[in-house]
Amino acid sequence: MNKGFHRRERRARREFFFFSAISACSAVIISLTLAALFFIAPTLAQGNEPTDDEVNAIAKQLYCPVCENTPLDVCPTQACTQWRATIKEKLALGWNEQQIKDYFVQQYGMRVLAAPPAQGFTIFVWILPPIAFLAGAAVLAYYLRSLRHPAPAPAAAPPSTKSTAPESDDEYAKRLEAELNKRR
Amino acid sequence: MTLTLGLTSLFLAFACAIYAAVAAIVAAQRKLNAWIDSARNAAMLTWPLLTLAALSIITLIVQGHFEVEYVYRVSSLSMPWYLRVTALWGGQAGSLLFWSWLMSAFASAAMLRRWDRDRSLMPYVIAVTMITLAFFLSLTLFVENPFNRLWQSNFGGEPTPALFQPANTVPFAPRDGQGLNPLLRHPGMIIHPPMLYLGFVSFVVPYAFAIAALIIGRTDDEWIRTTRRWTLVGWLFLSLGLILGGRWAYDVLGWGGYWGWDPVENAALLPWLTGTAFLHSVIIQEKRGMLKKWNMVLIILTYALVIFGTFLTRSGVLSSVHAFAQSAIGPLFFAFIGVTFVASMTLLFNRWEALSSETELDSLLSREAAFLLNNLLFIGIAFATLWGTIYPLITETLHEIGIYLNIAPLMAIEKVTVGPPYYNRVNGPLLLALVLLMGVAPLVAWRKASARSLGRLMWIPAALTVPALIAFYFLGAKTPVALLGYGIAAFVGLTTLSEFVRGVMARMRLGENPFGALITLAARNRRRYGGYTIHLGVVVMAFGVIGSNFFQVETQATLAKGETLTVGGFTMRFDSVVNFPTEDQRDVIRATVSVFDSSGAQIATLHPRRDFFIDSGQPMTIPGVRSTLGEDFYVLLVDWQPIGASGATFKVYVNPLINLVWMGGLIFILGTLIAAWPDADEAKRYAAAPVRTAASVAGAD
Repeated sequence: MNKGFHRRERRARREFFFFSAISACSAVIISLTLAALFFIAPTLAQGNEPTDDEVNAIAKQLYCPVCENTPLDVCPTQACTQWRATIKEKLALGWNEQQIKDYFVQQYGMRVLAAPPAQGFTIFVWILPPIAFLAGAAVLAYYLRSLRHPAPAPAAAPPSTKSTAPESDDEYAKRLEAELNKRR
Repeated sequence: MTLTLGLTSLFLAFACAIYAAVAAIVAAQRKLNAWIDSARNAAMLTWPLLTLAALSIITLIVQGHFEVEYVYRVSSLSMPWYLRVTALWGGQAGSLLFWSWLMSAFASAAMLRRWDRDRSLMPYVIAVTMITLAFFLSLTLFVENPFNRLWQSNFGGEPTPALFQPANTVPFAPRDGQGLNPLLRHPGMIIHPPMLYLGFVSFVVPYAFAIAALIIGRTDDEWIRTTRRWTLVGWLFLSLGLILGGRWAYDVLGWGGYWGWDPVENAALLPWLTGTAFLHSVIIQEKRGMLKKWNMVLIILTYALVIFGTFLTRSGVLSSVHAFAQSAIGPLFFAFIGVTFVASMTLLFNRWEALSSETELDSLLSREAAFLLNNLLFIGIAFATLWGTIYPLITETLHEIGIYLNIAPLMAIEKVTVGPPYYNRVNGPLLLALVLLMGVAPLVAWRKASARSLGRLMWIPAALTVPALIAFYFLGAKTPVALLGYGIAAFVGLTTLSEFVRGVMARMRLGENPFGALITLAARNRRRYGGYTIHLGVVVMAFGVIGSNFFQVETQATLAKGETLTVGGFTMRFDSVVNFPTEDQRDVIRATVSVFDSSGAQIATLHPRRDFFIDSGQPMTIPGVRSTLGEDFYVLLVDWQPIGASGATFKVYVNPLINLVWMGGLIFILGTLIAAWPDADEAKRYAAAPVRTAASVAGAD
């Protein structure tokens, strides 16, 4: 009895460890990806005559206020062609990417940026999804705990109509074969 | 005549929907069977009536009755007949009618099925579907009526649309219409909206059953079993709509990609995300009697997001909150979403205790827990997507309120754009985690799995992933993020395949040949192996998405005739350009370019072109594409020097593995079809099972 209890306890601990390990791995994967996406920024080659590609590299990160949801680098309208010409002029003057973006923000407002900077009020757009996700994870963890340790713990689980589900895949394979034999 | 017929049937359909809803509720309260039948008949009558209304509009469009405002807006004499037919959903008023027509078709079909098993649910199913239908029909009738005609005032000025002749006006019939938005004149765009709408409306059916179950207090999974196929079909159409939309964007929008996290795309993705979470978590309820409340929450959310998606695309709120305020459509939608959501959640809270779990969780390492993690990720992605989609609207609204009330801190809030960088950073990692879970979860046993059995199932796929990773590295995937993505996709693909292999081997031991074993396996366990096929489709798509996102190369250059540019190992030569008008009022500029591979052999001649629609002045950029399994060579004609036609500016993308996105999509759809295909055996088992009523109608009054 006591031995059995210890074995169960050990197994539970092992499972918990396994589950935590999986979660930790996913957390590491997620944060690594985030870090990589944040910090590996494209570097811009500097030349005398700015190429179309250099212009597009910046235009890609901008939206003009008129053309809804069309990035500047692919927008076919006349206004956007002029904006791209402006980027080219500024590049020729030796401005860097950040200066050009700042210039457009100053002229037309923050909405020209493809995504808002994480500062001031717009920080909410960035921080709320992770907070909500963590809150969801916490609720889920709490729920799982409550399901595992229900308040009145009966000695034997009440017979349920739902326990006919295949308990493992081996059992599923067994059933599969059994059904097939029955059919012959 | 046609107009009167259409308008009358539209109005009658509205009356029928209202009557059906009221009669069904009264009948259920007072147990009047005859009334229920009457309500059902009225509900089913809406479909032929709306069919008449839709056919009337199509007739008006095909015959060119430009005195009808809607016909004037969406069609023109130069449009071929098939485009005129599809112009039914080319504008606001028509697409609302089209939505209603599909809704009523699905509701009628749900009512045609046998009633004996869920007679008590049906009155409320009628009520919920008909209230939804009545809402959409009221918008069509009273706000955006497609049968409005144009009237010219006796005092001159612009003609105004109205249903009935205003005082001091004469009917006005323009000689030609404005024509359909050129971007919508594409086969993908012809099928895409019906698919999305079909997906949208078919989710209304499971929602209606769920609400009916809540109202009468049934706590078993009858509503889920009854609507399982509806949910799958709805999900199939929504998936198809999303994939076709992506294809359309790639072919027509001319930006080298297929998914831009555009608010309109997100509007369709949101119900798909919650719907997918729902499809997974109902399995736990069916097998284990858990998560009853959560499944209710998911279907209520999905319904709300279906209406919200229609709201986003139809209210004009996306372009600015001013457009939202200008038309009554937006506020009405907003109110409808709010009222139905609050009402549904109130119903759910009333049944909160009755919907407790029948069984408890045995282990954290179990299929149940894995499904919950799946739900967390799907909801996380849905939340982030919703938040990014509405954030610009929130900033704009706060700014406007600040101006109105003269509050400086609010005024200082600027409207912002939330574009792809946000979604890539926030959703990217979550999607990757979801793909990983997709590979591991199916191997985890129900109730309680052991780390050892899991390890036994996973070690072969895991071991095979290592050489795959080395191969990816030498094939050019050198960045850590891409390698991680490819590695996860490969591992998941291998575990999923190993599930097929295990099933086939189990049957081969019984003397079947491998191919026959695969077929019987899939045929006898449609849901399971359909699901795995869908997972394989996702893996193939994941390869395509990673390849085309991380390894896309682009360049842009202005070339004189005969000059070349080089990109991603290809060389492209500009040969010629021609400019010609077409019969359907387009001014076409078409370039001819030759593409050479790295050895210098010519592999393709492409014709990127630019169409200017003379009526609307709208340009449209059609790429020239050479497509292979390895990559797409995608050329756009960006600019062109009219004088002498000597030079042209081209933008070239090399999109590696992009075709895997479409192929994965096909596998995905195939899997869904397998899972949703009617199963005679299952139907028999279901019919033989006793109808659990007395025991399960707990909490009923």
